[in-house]
Amino acid sequence: MTDTVDKVPASALPPEQIKAIPVRHYGRWVAAVVVVAILVLIGIAFSNANINYDVIPDYLTADTILSGAWATLYISVLSMALGLVLGVVLAVMRMSSNPVTSTVSWFYIWFFRGTPVLVQLLLWYNIALVFPVLNLGFYKDEMNQVMTPFLTALLGLGLNEAAYMAEIVRAGIQSVDEGQTEASHALGMTRGQTLRRVVLPQAMRVIVPPSGNEFINMLKTSSLVYTVQFTELIKAAQDISSTSLAVVEMYFVASIWYLLLTSIFSIGQYYLERRYARGSTRNLPPTPLQRLKANVRLFASFRRPEAVR
Amino acid sequence: MTALSKGTDLDKGTGRPMVKAEGVHKSFGPAHILKGIDLEVNPREVFCLIGPSGSGKSTFLRCINHLEKISAGRLYVDGGLVGYRQKGDKLYELKEKEVAAQRRDIGMVFQRFNLFPHMTALENVMEAPVLVKRETKAIARERAARLLDRVGLGDRKGHYPAQLSGGQQQRVAIARALAMEPKLMLFDEPTSALDPELVGEVLDVMRDLAEDGMTMIVVTHEMGFAREVGDSLVFMDDGVVVESGHPREVLTNPRHDRTKSFLSKVL
Repeated sequence: MTDTVDKVPASALPPEQIKAIPVRHYGRWVAAVVVVAILVLIGIAFSNANINYDVIPDYLTADTILSGAWATLYISVLSMALGLVLGVVLAVMRMSSNPVTSTVSWFYIWFFRGTPVLVQLLLWYNIALVFPVLNLGFYKDEMNQVMTPFLTALLGLGLNEAAYMAEIVRAGIQSVDEGQTEASHALGMTRGQTLRRVVLPQAMRVIVPPSGNEFINMLKTSSLVYTVQFTELIKAAQDISSTSLAVVEMYFVASIWYLLLTSIFSIGQYYLERRYARGSTRNLPPTPLQRLKANVRLFASFRRPEAVR
Repeated sequence: MTALSKGTDLDKGTGRPMVKAEGVHKSFGPAHILKGIDLEVNPREVFCLIGPSGSGKSTFLRCINHLEKISAGRLYVDGGLVGYRQKGDKLYELKEKEVAAQRRDIGMVFQRFNLFPHMTALENVMEAPVLVKRETKAIARERAARLLDRVGLGDRKGHYPAQLSGGQQQRVAIARALAMEPKLMLFDEPTSALDPELVGEVLDVMRDLAEDGMTMIVVTHEMGFAREVGDSLVFMDDGVVVESGHPREVLTNPRHDRTKSFLSKVL
């Protein structure tokens, strides 16, 4: 019986590689020609428009625009951080067995998702109508003094974001296998320890991609805070256009900055996702940078074959 | 061989059972899973639980470390009531932290391993001693390395669970439970999710542990393991203990018809 396995001679050469003519994809060529034609037409239309493109590079690095872009960046980052922290708290509260905390969380999410963020911002802006004086016992001041444009913007954007983040975090936590919690409890971990060390790190795989979406949304939604006297990118662009009369041009300038910021954060998100993919796949695929380096090395080895040996 | 038993050696002479169940019942809503279980497990004993699926053996095992709350009866581990405190004739539920403290001394190995996928093998074994017992990382790392050597995975310390075979993962899971230096180990069908050729390596580790004097309760379908390693065996069906005794006796000369028909199917 066993000798049937040994029939193949040990010194057999590998079989000849198949050399076949690949299938031709004519459709791709047609599609590429159509796409290029459309792009050219759009390009011609825009270049003939009554837009003064020459001023865009000048204004791109104008002081007002730079400080506006910086304000957009930090109000977005801080609001997102507030939203994330509060979102985790709300998600845990929502899933708690305590009926009081889960109901409170439910109502929070219901209210903050259900009302326009612009209304929420204006409510914070006018909070002195409700509480004219802020009295914390150790600290007392007029509410209008406390609610700076920055604080108004942070609370308006951050508390709104928390409602959305709560649902994302909850989905992430629920995606983690129940056996993980059981194993942690069996080892003597408390619920808090289990959440922090076992469940949340695994939930991050599910949480990060939609959070990236949320953040990029936040970058652009933050333009609403000009209504509460906080000067960010759009407000800065409008300030310039009101004197220079380059209205559309200034919106182009702002858009270039928004594109730049979202591009940078998309790259950051890519590496964050890789970090939380640890252990979930056997081998992580190389990053674009690593692939580039590998290709450069491969290219060098073609030129100097002895280099790779 | 002796390295593991450190801290787990319990006086055999005290005569106190490691686990004692008195009329334990468990219901999930209308489903009555355990219908009055009475049994005792002595220190250093390897106690095997067999029976058809749905007979309640896994549920009973999960009651021992309070992953499930029992509905009636009393369950003691090393003399202490599981999950409750008795004052007079009233029972008080233990707080979360007190339950966690009880579980520290009871190791559990699951059918589906339940390793932490975002940690390496070494980190899996180190995690609970550092987090729960507040051990320094250096001490925990040293013991974890020793335990992984012990289960034959000294060269797999930096591997993530996804990079290990099922048998290797289950051996890491056993090392993880041992890292807490438990006085009792619960095995919930530890080889049922494994390919047949990987079952042996896990059973070898368990046999080793038994020889070392660990008190073990093993829910299993491996009759060979029960016969060779087990000190006592219980056959459960439909939430009750049908038959118990020495494994060799129960497996070769079952007295009860239900035991006979079950064994005729699995042996």
